[in-house]
This record gives sequence, C-alpha cells and structure tokens, in this order.
Amino acid sequence: MATHTEVTRRGSSSATQQASGQAQQRAQGAEAPIRPPVDIWEDKDGITLCADMPGVSKDRLNLRIDGNNLVVEGQVRLELPENAEALYADVRSSLYRRTFSLSGELESGKIEASLKNGVLTVRIPKRAELRPRRIEVQAS
Amino acid sequence: MFGIPSNVPSSVFDELWRLQQEVDELFGSWSSPLGIRSLPRGSFPAVNVGQTPERVDVYLFAPGIDPKSLDISIQQNLLTVSGKRELGTEDTAAYYRQERFSGEFRRVISLPEDLDPERVQAKYVDGIVQIAVQRRESARPRQIEIH
Repeated sequence: MATHTEVTRRGSSSATQQASGQAQQRAQGAEAPIRPPVDIWEDKDGITLCADMPGVSKDRLNLRIDGNNLVVEGQVRLELPENAEALYADVRSSLYRRTFSLSGELESGKIEASLKNGVLTVRIPKRAELRPRRIEVQAS
Repeated sequence: MFGIPSNVPSSVFDELWRLQQEVDELFGSWSSPLGIRSLPRGSFPAVNVGQTPERVDVYLFAPGIDPKSLDISIQQNLLTVSGKRELGTEDTAAYYRQERFSGEFRRVISLPEDLDPERVQAKYVDGIVQIAVQRRESARPRQIEIH
C-alpha cells in the first residue's frame, strides 16, 4: 500500500499546461495516454475515486494536484523478453492519464492514496467545517 | 412546432461517432482479420500477446482480482481464461461514475500452433496476469516439398 500525495506544479491555467503538454508529446513522438476507467462516489466525509491502472507499480504512479485539478498518471511496465514481437495488442499505450477538477470544499492537501493489484484508490476528504449539516425543520 | 433544431449538440456527437467508426475501420484494415473468438475493444480484461522464438507471453490486464479465482486452461493452441471481479457498492454513498468492469469474464485467445501446453507458467503482478507458454523445441521452420 502506497501513500503518495504530492504537489509538483501550481499556477498557470491547466488548459495552457495541457495544450503545451500535448504539443510536447507530439514533438517527442510519444504515445497517446489511456484514460483509465474510474468509479467515483461521495459520502458525508469525502469523495473516493478508484481507477483501474493495471501494470502500474507504486514507483511509476504519479498523483498530483495541479492548480484545482487532480492529475492521475501512471506508466505501465510489462516484463517483456528482449526480442519479443507483438502478436496482438488491445493495449497500445503504456501511459495512463486522467484529470479531474476538484471543488473548493475538498481538502486537496489531505488526499490519501493507495495502490493494490493495479487499482488506485484515492480518498479526498471534505473540509470539516463544510461537511453537510442536517437542518432541522422546526415544527410551529 | 417543438421540433429539434438540426444544430443541437447531439449532432456533434453523431459526427464524432461516425469519425470513430471510420477510425476503427481504418485500424481494422491495418491489422490482421478479426479473430473469430475476439471480443470488441474495451472488453475486460484487455489482452496483449507477444512472442519470441522460444515462447509466447500473454498479458491480461485484470486489476483488482483475486488470482486464485482465475481459471486458466490451455487446449492445443487455445488459451481460455475465466474469472470474476465483483465490485461492491457502498450503500450510503452517492455514485457519480461507475465505469469499472464488475462481474464474470471469459476470454479465449488463439495462440500460435507450436506450443507446449505442459510448460506454462502464470503469475500476477500489479494487476496483470502474465502467462508464459514455451514453444515446442521440435517446432522449427518447416521445409515444404513439392511432389
């Protein structure tokens, strides 16, 4: 189980960063990333996100907060013999990436994550003071 | 009177869908003919197959399963893998997305003919099932004579 939360970049608009990132990728001839399928649910204390990222080990997972966005990224590693050639491939990229925008009531500094058997689980707590309160209706 | 205007956003999606079909056809024409047992793209688990002169490696992208629940069998050159991944849901939670596969799965993969079904190894690492099947040593390129 890995607990891995880091903030690597902040600042300029994510749209520009994404655009420049894509341009950079094209320049390097890099492969298009796979969008990992996710489940996302919310309970009273926060939001949980589960993403399928098979082939990603703890050291190849990059989870970061970029401005208001949560960026999930991981590199697949296959144990391939050196002289292997592909016979068939459903998976044609070795990079997973997906970005989610967070909202202000979430405590992005307290995100916790774990990775097990290729499933990433991210827990994003809500700020304590902003957790929903039940409003009682007074009977008149 | 309340007809849908022709330029509603859905027509954009129709156009994207058409584009997707064209791209699929294009890619289809590049690769070999469709395997009779192949599943549509996006089926769980995704499969990659690689080969060397010594062996064939099958990779099943099956995150979050119990490897003991997998049933892997090989008959001639047909590899069959079945199992299940049951994802529970939290009763008290509100779901926004449920894109991950849940349920039973089965994939049948046609491999090259010259395999030795007695020499198969399987392991589960980081959500990938890797199955290595050795090729028969007698399987060398054959000379075909014309009589």
